[in-house]
Amino acid sequence: MQQIINFLTRNKHSLLFLLLLLLSLIFTIQSHSYHRSKFVSSTNFISGGVYGWQHSVSDYFRLKKENERLLDENERLHNRLSALAIDSVALKHIDTLSFDKPYTFIKARVIKNDYSKIDNYILINKGEKDSIFPDMGVITDKGIIGIIENTTKNYGRIISILNSNSRINAGLKKSDQYGSLVWNGKDPNIVQLETIPRQAILKEGDTIITHGRSTIFPRGIGIGTIVNYKLNQNKSYYLIDVKLFNDMTNIGFVYSIKNSDAEEIKSLEKPNL
Amino acid sequence: MNRDAALQVGRFIILVLTQVMILNHINFLGYLNPYIYIIFILLAPININKSLFLFISFFLGLIMDVFGDSGGIHAAACTIIAFFRPVALRSVFGLSYEFQTLKLSNLGFGERFAYVTLMVLTHHIVLFSLEIFNFSHILLIAKKTLFTSLFTIVITMLVLVLFRRNDS
Repeated sequence: MQQIINFLTRNKHSLLFLLLLLLSLIFTIQSHSYHRSKFVSSTNFISGGVYGWQHSVSDYFRLKKENERLLDENERLHNRLSALAIDSVALKHIDTLSFDKPYTFIKARVIKNDYSKIDNYILINKGEKDSIFPDMGVITDKGIIGIIENTTKNYGRIISILNSNSRINAGLKKSDQYGSLVWNGKDPNIVQLETIPRQAILKEGDTIITHGRSTIFPRGIGIGTIVNYKLNQNKSYYLIDVKLFNDMTNIGFVYSIKNSDAEEIKSLEKPNL
Repeated sequence: MNRDAALQVGRFIILVLTQVMILNHINFLGYLNPYIYIIFILLAPININKSLFLFISFFLGLIMDVFGDSGGIHAAACTIIAFFRPVALRSVFGLSYEFQTLKLSNLGFGERFAYVTLMVLTHHIVLFSLEIFNFSHILLIAKKTLFTSLFTIVITMLVLVLFRRNDS
């Protein structure tokens, strides 16, 4: 017993070092597995507050660009609205956008945006108080951003599509083939679409959209266009480089999508697992 | 709280805020950010309590991780360089470190440069290995480590020169 205590006191610095190192490695490994990185997160009161405060200053530098983008979006929505007014059949089904009913959109402001790391996260200034919860999709007017991963009362963290843990169902606009969207960590404007079967007919410039096969995104939200594609090694499916519609380095406002049917659909799917 | 401790606390807070609010958003050439918050570890007093120093370094790294949503990579890197700082000091400064007569503020440029380079390189290798966490990307790790280290070392040396205490 005496020897054990002697050993501990003699090596207390090394032991403390190993303990702290182990702790930080556990945090690191957790952060590399999707949906488990909740402990070390910037959604807490202090860091969220600092980012919110910082953003209230840096917001002014982006106002002009943001205004232009909102004007563009307004213009597009106005055009769509006038088209709807002429079409008397469509008049009966006016809703916010052309999607099916269960989806509602909640606007939020981005207060922190990473894009230079391998695993990037985005912080927004709305949380559970504004009924934003994990597993809701996030888009801008141009295309998808990511999925809400972690929320507190006032803040929400989005796992960006520029994250090696992110996998989102996406497919071609002109056919029903779909695959999963991943990122290889190189260019923040280019993401990769995998497992599109080789039977698909592709062309550079084809549009990639969400396919609505999960409860997260409705069908038909834009993602990007094909810039490059090739078959994988055993020639069974395509590897496609997709240029994003969004400029991921410059995001101001986002909309998170609430699917009020999500629980119903999930309860149906459960017994099959 | 005496004057020296107050200085350390002030340095800690200023470095954390500068790093989080300004330097993490530089993204020079797309991905380069200098991590100068480790100046706190570089300049900590030589005769500081070892356990306390390890704890503070771990905590400093953890704060960086919380702000950067990066798990525990900064905490691990900081703990490692805090633990190996005596080794770096001994290998660079030799005898004057052994006799505790060393003062970091009145060193020659060459010695200080060697010390900073050694610490920054160690920190960045650990940091980027853990961030990328995949040894099939070893070239990417090497590239990021090399360029970010250059950036960090230049900025760190500048800060050390600009904010030197005039003890004379």
